[in-house]
Amino acid sequence: MGWKNKQLSKSLWVFHVSGSPCNNCDIEILDLLTPKYDVERLGIKLVGSVRHADVMLVTGVINRKIAPKIKKLYSQAPKPIFVVSIGTCTPSASVFKQSYNRVDNPEDVIPIDMYVPGCPPKPEAMIEAVAKLIGVLNE
Amino acid sequence: MSGNRIPLGPFHPLLEEAEFFEIKVDGETVVDIDMEIGWMHRGHEYISEMSSFTQSIYLVERICGICSTSHPLACVHAVEDIDNIEIPIRARYIRTLVGELERIHSHLLWLGLAGHFIGYDTVWMWAWKYREPVLQIIEAISGNRNHYGIMRVGGVSKDVDPSNIPKLLEILDTVDKKMDMFAKVVNDDPVLKKRLVGVGVLTKQDAIDYCAVGPTSRASGVRGDVRKDDPSDAYDLVDFNEIVLQNGDVYDKLVLRVLETKESIKICRQCFESLKTAKGSIINNVKEISPGEGIGRYEAPRGEVFHYMRSDGTNRPIRHKVRAPSYVNIPTYKASCIGVSISDALITLAAVDPCYCCTERSLTITDINQRSNSLDILKLSKEKTEKIRREINGK
Repeated sequence: MGWKNKQLSKSLWVFHVSGSPCNNCDIEILDLLTPKYDVERLGIKLVGSVRHADVMLVTGVINRKIAPKIKKLYSQAPKPIFVVSIGTCTPSASVFKQSYNRVDNPEDVIPIDMYVPGCPPKPEAMIEAVAKLIGVLNE
Repeated sequence: MSGNRIPLGPFHPLLEEAEFFEIKVDGETVVDIDMEIGWMHRGHEYISEMSSFTQSIYLVERICGICSTSHPLACVHAVEDIDNIEIPIRARYIRTLVGELERIHSHLLWLGLAGHFIGYDTVWMWAWKYREPVLQIIEAISGNRNHYGIMRVGGVSKDVDPSNIPKLLEILDTVDKKMDMFAKVVNDDPVLKKRLVGVGVLTKQDAIDYCAVGPTSRASGVRGDVRKDDPSDAYDLVDFNEIVLQNGDVYDKLVLRVLETKESIKICRQCFESLKTAKGSIINNVKEISPGEGIGRYEAPRGEVFHYMRSDGTNRPIRHKVRAPSYVNIPTYKASCIGVSISDALITLAAVDPCYCCTERSLTITDINQRSNSLDILKLSKEKTEKIRREINGK
């Protein structure tokens, strides 16, 4: 995917966006940083601003109120940025299919590159996803 | 109002959920606080009224990932209250056990985040490290780290194998030892004391006035615990203390949560011991729910969670109402945040262990002078027709 992407793969900095989740995927993402899983040894770091990020982690079914804010965040991000959706909610809306407050298609709000299914996905699944992303970037 | 306004959110590095605060400061002192919620509103009550009673349990589990036992438990209590359904003794112990394990992991989670908020990341890493064995026990019992999905109307869906109990008790012992260490650390550590003692005080009178619940009120000297006041499940069969502290500052809230975790471990031990010998099934099969209404309460890690269900005799509720503890705890900011310095504001906001997912309400602001509401309805209706058409065409 080009030499620029290859450089990114050395240390992916992630920014976490919660688009109305149940909090569980978010907790599991934080769990990745703590001693049991410790993804910082793989060069992955959670950053405070989207302007420093290489990867955006989106959780939850995106609702109408937060959709414009997520769009804005994506526009502020330096490109290339890779969007990974964590959990079943973002792509399929899961149990919130009948909700009146969700956007119909999350891809209208933000282009998603990678899906990690699960409710919530196990930390191992998230690490595998990131490893696969690094693999793709190195191609 | 004079003074500067500092916006906080909706995406702030320290807040894992999206919420928006506007803090008004005079110099470094907070003079007023305003907040906007609704960023996470998903319409649970509405969806629940279209789902069957069993589906509702899975749905309310996803109100909040951290209270993923408290909400289903309060929900099944509400349904059981309609028909006065009896619960087998084994199921009662399993419910209490999972509920208390959830309290341990939730309090440890908060302890870690509180450390993170005051810039003391060692506390964060350690607390979350010792939270993992608890998740391990839950995974062994229910098969999942977080959403457990084991509550049912009339019992639980998964049993605890008595032959596994000695091993699980061993894991619980390791957590207990580490909690002893934490209790010592909290007593000795000068950093925690300097940052937290006397910060964000919620007085007893304010706690009563704002109807605070759970650890927020108990740290201010107001007693009230659903597990003691209205015992359900196995809470009247186990022995535990209700912890009440007097000062109401952030430090007391921290101490209270550490002490409560110790009590929860005590309850878990008793449940495991009873599960070794208790015989019988784990679920009473419920064929139908008769018309009527019921309420369910449970002491979630953050306070009392309340569910109301009304049935018309069909297989789904016609009204489902949820009141989460953070809904009453969050307004206490008005009392506790004002007067603290801006650097202490975040830890004061975090001290009530707010859960915005639980408490989200949606608010629509309409202009009274503008009377063209019928146009909006027409527009919405047209959009809906388009949506149905798209679905039929399979696009």
